[in-house]
Amino acid sequence: MSDLSTDPPLVRIGRFLRDNPMIPLLVFLFLLIAVLEAMRPGIVMPVRAGRDGLISTFWVGNLIKFAIPLAMLAACQVLTMLTAGIDLSVGVVATVSAFVCATLSSIWGVAPAVLIALAAGVMVGLVNGFGVGVVRVHPLIMTLGTGLIATGCLQVYQRLVINAGSVVPDFLVWLGVGRTLGMPNGLVLFVPFAIFILWLMRYTGFGRLLFALGSNERAAKLSGVRAWQVYIALYVLSGFIAALAGLLYLGMIRQTSLSLANPLLLPSVAAAVIGGTSIFGGRGSYAGAIIGALILRVLDTMLTLMQMPEGARTALFGVIILAVTALYVRITGAR
Amino acid sequence: MTDTSLLDASGIAKSFGAVRALTEARLTVDRGEVVALMGANGAGKSTFVKILTGALRPDAGRVLIRGAEASVGSPAEARRSGLVPVYQEPSLIPDLDVADNLRLGDTPVEPFRAWVAELGINRLKLSDMIGELPLATLRILDLARALAAKPDVLLLDEMTAALPTDLVERVLKVVRAEADEGLGVIYVSHRFAEISQLCDRASVLRDGRTVGDLPIEPGVEDRAVELMLGQTLDLGARETSGAVTRKTGTPRLAVRTLAARPKLSDVSFDLYPGEVLGVVALEGQGQDELFEVLAGFERPGAGTIQVDGVPVRFSHPADAIAAGLTFVPGNRSEALLSQRPVRENVALPFAARLRSWGQLKLRRERERVGYAIDKLQIDTRAQGEVQRLSGGNQQKVTIGRWIATGVETLLLFDPTRGIDVRTKRQIYPLVRELAENGAAVLYYTSELAEIPQACDRAVVIFNGRVVDVIDASAADEATLMRAAYGLTNGASAA
Repeated sequence: MSDLSTDPPLVRIGRFLRDNPMIPLLVFLFLLIAVLEAMRPGIVMPVRAGRDGLISTFWVGNLIKFAIPLAMLAACQVLTMLTAGIDLSVGVVATVSAFVCATLSSIWGVAPAVLIALAAGVMVGLVNGFGVGVVRVHPLIMTLGTGLIATGCLQVYQRLVINAGSVVPDFLVWLGVGRTLGMPNGLVLFVPFAIFILWLMRYTGFGRLLFALGSNERAAKLSGVRAWQVYIALYVLSGFIAALAGLLYLGMIRQTSLSLANPLLLPSVAAAVIGGTSIFGGRGSYAGAIIGALILRVLDTMLTLMQMPEGARTALFGVIILAVTALYVRITGAR
Repeated sequence: MTDTSLLDASGIAKSFGAVRALTEARLTVDRGEVVALMGANGAGKSTFVKILTGALRPDAGRVLIRGAEASVGSPAEARRSGLVPVYQEPSLIPDLDVADNLRLGDTPVEPFRAWVAELGINRLKLSDMIGELPLATLRILDLARALAAKPDVLLLDEMTAALPTDLVERVLKVVRAEADEGLGVIYVSHRFAEISQLCDRASVLRDGRTVGDLPIEPGVEDRAVELMLGQTLDLGARETSGAVTRKTGTPRLAVRTLAARPKLSDVSFDLYPGEVLGVVALEGQGQDELFEVLAGFERPGAGTIQVDGVPVRFSHPADAIAAGLTFVPGNRSEALLSQRPVRENVALPFAARLRSWGQLKLRRERERVGYAIDKLQIDTRAQGEVQRLSGGNQQKVTIGRWIATGVETLLLFDPTRGIDVRTKRQIYPLVRELAENGAAVLYYTSELAEIPQACDRAVVIFNGRVVDVIDASAADEATLMRAAYGLTNGASAA
């Protein structure tokens, strides 16, 4: 209830940014792209403006292509973080889904493989939701635990199918690496997906409840919300999205491993946080998380261009994620 | 011996932001004297106690202990200077055993054991875990610990609340005996029976000011009530003087011998449609538990609840809401999504049920929320987050939520706590209007003056039991105050 007009300017700027989180994010994104262009002239804007036009559609397409699985996993984090939760099993779930799909495709064919891969994600989500909503285990512990269990199960499963070989279904390859008019085909999946998430958060009762539970669970309870129902639905949805992202990632990488998508976990959390989602719940935006994912991809490109050794790059990436997040939190006063 | 008082506090003032909790409080305690500190809800008692014990620093005034200025800055310093408090809430750490707790406070063990035995607890082992001991025992341990520290002044803050009668007797006897040996005691209590048995003098606080010292003698109750009341705030005349007709037929809400731990022991009443039933109770008499049970947050230990003649059991607030019982808690922060806009706060119950998880019906929502905002005259100029609204407007939002869904039975727990007079004056007619339109309202308020404003009848709860039912529209504040302090004239009706 502070008087809006008498606060010091920094507080007012912070509040403005908190109310309009997209503005600083977009500014930051374009700033990074400008730096990138300065580092390696021509990468974003080709020297001769040929058929690509002013901006290299190839580069933009590439940026978007690799941001898509990250942005999908970031959706899991945004949704769970709205309720002051988090889903640390998404990396493993995406990996499991990709692995199961690739191996089963060679045994039973593509359709059952895809369905079973998605079902695996839903299963993990169901366990997460039960643990968080009914048993009331902290989401951090719960999803870390189920992630570990899923990793173990995956190793056992690998021995069972060791002779089966793996096949990456054609339509996933089309989605993962194909391009239409310079833009990645992944957008065919991602655009409707993003619209769905934005709609879910903004225009549905379920979305309202996510915000409500994260803002004040007692107030939600007081209004008649049975929180466990929401938590179960939420983590099931999160598991499903992670599995879906795993399938897309499989098509993009075109090979499987037991830790395929695991490295995407921290960036998925970071993308959500950079995008203005509070890990303490009640505040978040998926549009912001998408920009957050793009920012992280641009940063990654910059580090690659600096030709650092893999280890140093990974470490620096971690440092940058922490620094950007801390800075953003400091400016907006959001957490 | 000199004639300086053990404790002499004078001219104490304290403000919290714009709220002046204390303006001119004073208190003296002489050797061997037991002084009762009294005051109605909101008189500034707890602030005064916190200043005396060093938990708060006063804006003005000074506290002398044994004639020396106690630059009371922290509870530890106050303790060293000779003033030891015992609070209503046990201050022992539940995860440690008795011996460890004593060590933390540097309490000598032998005197402690002697006091525990003296106070009537015989089966205590030093290895007992605090968390496993009953509440009554913990209070006694707290007192024994305080006595073992050999204080000059002992401050007992509502320490007999929820203590069984035999232990109360024991405590009073021991404290009186110690006072006769020279101990000074400050006794904060609502209970006249104990005060007249134990105390020499009562010091009465009203609106942050010490308004009188009364010797304890027959008839002191009435004088104390008079002093506590003083000039009362004008809350405006009651607008609808609707003749109070004794309601008949099936009650909307029938509560029988309801009990809930720790403080509610036996409450029965009927609430009829079209009626506002007040709840008159001092702080901590069991009204919190009553509302929690009716709202579906807690399960009762005993007793039954019937809604429109049908027995109900609530295991979740959603069950209570389904039965038409909607709850507005006293603490607004419990009910609000502070970072969300007014509209989402008001519309929250719409999305609660599983079948309304899909696409929001925005038009219906706008209509219902708009209706509630109009009805309550919620000032929504400060668009955006609810936390940017004033306290009064925030409270209106918590009530508006149920106006928007349609009220059947409204449970209002101290709805006017900490809000401005203007908003208060809007709330009473609103409550009356809801009742006239057929709603049933249960209305607890910590301000007795509101009871005749808003209610038809009032149940008086004292020490977890309904002790009286009074006709609220005719009751003056003195009657209500006497009732709240358990001073009935025997004219009780069930």
